[in-house]
Amino acid sequence: MKINWSKYSAPLAFYPLAGKMIPWFGTVAALTIAVGLYIGLLVAPTDFQQGEAYRIIFVHVPAAWMSMFLYVVMAGWAAVGLGLNARLSFMMTQAIAPTGAMFTFLALVTGAMWGKPTWGAWWVWDARLTSELILLFQYAGVMLLRTSIDDQRRADRASGVCALVGVVNIPIIYFSVQWWNTLHQGASVSMTAAPKMAAIMLTGMLLMTFGFWMYSLAVILSRVRCVILERESVQFWSKLSSVAEVAEVR
Amino acid sequence: MTPRQKRFAAIGLGLVTLGAATALVLNAFQSNLVFFFTPTQVANGEVPKGRSFRIGGMVEEGSLRREADGLTVHFVVTDTVQRVPVTYKGILPDLFKEGKGAVAQGQLGADGTFIASEVLAKHDENYMPPEAAEALAKAKASGAQSSKTVIVQPQ
Repeated sequence: MKINWSKYSAPLAFYPLAGKMIPWFGTVAALTIAVGLYIGLLVAPTDFQQGEAYRIIFVHVPAAWMSMFLYVVMAGWAAVGLGLNARLSFMMTQAIAPTGAMFTFLALVTGAMWGKPTWGAWWVWDARLTSELILLFQYAGVMLLRTSIDDQRRADRASGVCALVGVVNIPIIYFSVQWWNTLHQGASVSMTAAPKMAAIMLTGMLLMTFGFWMYSLAVILSRVRCVILERESVQFWSKLSSVAEVAEVR
Repeated sequence: MTPRQKRFAAIGLGLVTLGAATALVLNAFQSNLVFFFTPTQVANGEVPKGRSFRIGGMVEEGSLRREADGLTVHFVVTDTVQRVPVTYKGILPDLFKEGKGAVAQGQLGADGTFIASEVLAKHDENYMPPEAAEALAKAKASGAQSSKTVIVQPQ
């Protein structure tokens, strides 16, 4: 079966496809997060040095990973948009930013809640924490720049360049604990070494990460549908001639 | 090149240039981005003089001593090469233990003792149940003299 994928680069063609995918991603997200939380909060054993306080890792680490991952995806769409002059790519950039900012905020807040009982401080200005806070400001900057420019095309391009430039911060966040002395711990899970966690703890954390990823897909696709409706309203309504067709598209 | 290829080339080139510039800037700021200084840096006089800074390292085994008031503590921070004695008056975080990491903020006294105004505990990246940690400690104690290649996987 050959599918003509480029057809879906048109916002109006992508709209119904996104609508069909949302419930699947949403269901998988709900199930994985439920199982992940069950393993993390009830099945996984107490930690030998941090006691029960470590359990916030099951939200903190997946949220932090998603905050970085979503930024790279957002910047990737911005690059595609700038290169191909494609409207849908910029719409994806616009749709990803709020979810990425939400995960960054979640990582910072859960980190503070974890820092107080373990380190003895809510916040310290070490390289990891500071660079992650800068990431939150970057998301805010990308969103603000878009809303501050009235001309849609210029807004797309300006915020796209802004997103693309900010991508240099991602390796800085990731390697900050390796390059400098930080209060934040080093990586427990990395691509080059065996995980420094008990297997069941790691399972819970990876399940939560997968769940957050599926949640992001569901939410971003719903948001991009709203963006398409908002920005393509003229083409959208002029194409539909009857109430029945409107119902079908939904 | 088509205009489209030119645009992608410009984006790629821009990112590479930006990455190189960032690398140079970070390299220049290398020493200013550390959260704490190590005892070796203290011994070499690489720490700021006359103002507050942070030192970090392991709390030396058997060095923690409490004064009669129950609040003032003395301990030694070490990086296994150099040692810095620390005095602190206040409540220590729960995870503060001998043989574990700690970061202290304060000033270096004239006698070389570090007078801390704040002490934070630094935990490592290992997570395992207490039983696994015990087994690990036992294996380490019994295998210390025979071989160092024994690998014990938690669970």
